[in-house]
Amino acid sequence: MTTELSSPVVADGTGPAPAIWTEGLTKRYGDLTAVDRLDLRIEPGEVFGLLGPNGAGKTTTILMLLGLSEPTGGLVRVAGLDPTRQPLEVKRRIGYVPDSVGFYGGMTGRWNLRYTAALNGLDRATAEERIERLVDEVGLADRADDKVRVYSRGMRQRLGIADALIKDPDVLILDEPTIGLDPHGADQVLGLVRRLAAERGVAVLLTSHLLGQVQAVCGRIGIFVRGRMVACGTVDELAAGHGGRLVVEVEVAGPADADVAALLRDVPDVVDVRREGTMWLVGAQRDVRLEIAERLREAGVTVVHLRRRAEELGRIYRRYFAVEGSDDIDQS
Amino acid sequence: MTSTSPDLSRGPTLRERAGVPVRRVGGRLRRELIRLSDRAARARTAGRRPAGWRTVAAKEFGDHLTSIRFVVLLVIIGLAGVAAVVAAAGFLRDAASQATDLPSPFLLLFTQSPERIPSFVALVGFLGPLLGIAFGFDAINQERSDQTLPRLVAQPIHRDDVVNGKFAAGLAVIGLTLVALVAVTAGIGIVRMGITPSAADALRLLLYLVVALVYIGVWLAFALLCSVLLRRPATAALVAIAAWLVFTLFATLLAGLLADGLGPSDEAGRARFEHTVSQVSPTTLYEDATAALLNPQVRSVGLLLPEQLDRAVPGTLPVGQSLLVVWPQVTALVAGCTLTFAAAYVAFLRQEVRA
Repeated sequence: MTTELSSPVVADGTGPAPAIWTEGLTKRYGDLTAVDRLDLRIEPGEVFGLLGPNGAGKTTTILMLLGLSEPTGGLVRVAGLDPTRQPLEVKRRIGYVPDSVGFYGGMTGRWNLRYTAALNGLDRATAEERIERLVDEVGLADRADDKVRVYSRGMRQRLGIADALIKDPDVLILDEPTIGLDPHGADQVLGLVRRLAAERGVAVLLTSHLLGQVQAVCGRIGIFVRGRMVACGTVDELAAGHGGRLVVEVEVAGPADADVAALLRDVPDVVDVRREGTMWLVGAQRDVRLEIAERLREAGVTVVHLRRRAEELGRIYRRYFAVEGSDDIDQS
Repeated sequence: MTSTSPDLSRGPTLRERAGVPVRRVGGRLRRELIRLSDRAARARTAGRRPAGWRTVAAKEFGDHLTSIRFVVLLVIIGLAGVAAVVAAAGFLRDAASQATDLPSPFLLLFTQSPERIPSFVALVGFLGPLLGIAFGFDAINQERSDQTLPRLVAQPIHRDDVVNGKFAAGLAVIGLTLVALVAVTAGIGIVRMGITPSAADALRLLLYLVVALVYIGVWLAFALLCSVLLRRPATAALVAIAAWLVFTLFATLLAGLLADGLGPSDEAGRARFEHTVSQVSPTTLYEDATAALLNPQVRSVGLLLPEQLDRAVPGTLPVGQSLLVVWPQVTALVAGCTLTFAAAYVAFLRQEVRA
């Protein structure tokens, strides 16, 4: 569990408020804790990726940010505003593209955007001008007058982004923007997101369960499992073990049997021990190579390979949720 | 609330900082004031920003008018209504040549009919609910299955704007249909019968329109409730249609059965019991209300015993008195419509955005 926000944010009016800020944000449905004491801070202009398997609480978090779901506990601020108290003001500032975004199939793309513009209280001239610009920006200029019914998934997703940008938001939230898209469509959408963050300076929060795509566009990444953020930081920080765990590869001469595993587990600060081919993978909270070498030598086991694994996000990712539910994942 | 909380909308009060609990009433009052000042600030900054429900209603209204179901229903109800009035006109021409002292012969166009063909009013009582159901049964659940609801409620509108707008749009379409229908049939009646309505007739017709709108509004609200509670539009439509059949066709039958089983044993008491029970059905309320509104001679609705009519002088009532006769029925219809809509409203607001 990371607590990047060890120091509380003091609202003294100095400096711009973070685009998104939560402290101890919790949502419970009966016995089920969907979101568990989430601390999050996203600055304007930042692209933050929330990575987690389905059902990890990502969408619940987003709904609380939008004021569409009331938190059970904790605090939320979006651009300095409380979504439960000022939902309209908050919703005016957040552009939200839900997962598998839907449009009215019988209306053209342009009319769908006009409806959103009207709901945001834009006057006609502003709305038309923005719609013109946005359909062009998301590459739908020549299809904007077709009924949405005939749109492909990728086109819908891009229309969703145009739809979210109509209100000229400070914060853009994309829930699973690449789900169900082919690689080309996904690239288009992600390229769009990257460009938007760079050019407009909006804060972007995007969720995904696909790592590669998040890695490509996000400055910082939070890994979200069963309602808890288990790791958070830049790709480099995560790879260096911040918020994650170190993995030491150990290979010994002779049969790799249970005794070796027991020895390895016995080393202080070792969290788990797994098998991968001929190697043991020792997960630990700190660099335990010296202790391992010592222990194995004392036990008379010859070490032929001992190396700290350069952690990629993929490994952290897999450790945290590709094996979710199995026993070798230790959340504590 | 801790002292480190970044509550940006207002700072913690001295009392809160000192850990002294703020009195409930004061808290509530302040919340109310914040709410009011929020609203005022919104109104100032919003300028000509239209209310969210109006935007929703405008869009839904347009959708309804261009929908196939609207055209189909308009044709069916229109044809039936015209047939009823044409038949009534023929029937009345024959009758009127014998009796010349008919009060408001114009209104009889809508309430009288030869055998086998229901009157215009009865037709609206029977087919009207279909209009209400047609514009309500998929109001919310279609947005869910199209996955447009999360996007819609993420716009800066209140959540109830969605239900309110949809209900308003449905009522508007129904009102439009009714007005058009009555205007067309009245026109045909005028041409066929050669009589023009008096001012009182026109007023009675207007009151009838309002009652019919509220009556169909009950069904619209019920269909809306179904669309909130039931995930699939098809299921919602089926439930609404089942309720329609029960209340329009079987209500009297069921009331009769109940009266046989539970009612008093004497004939008059049984009949009165039966009538009371059948008033649970909005259709009965509608029929009773329109009977008096469209016929100045009706001085009482429901059961009349011979001794009550003994030596009564036949006469006509002014519009206000007719309205007074059926005031309970009208009130009950309005209450039914309001309560059903309130149920749909509350159910929608309590639902999670995500299913």
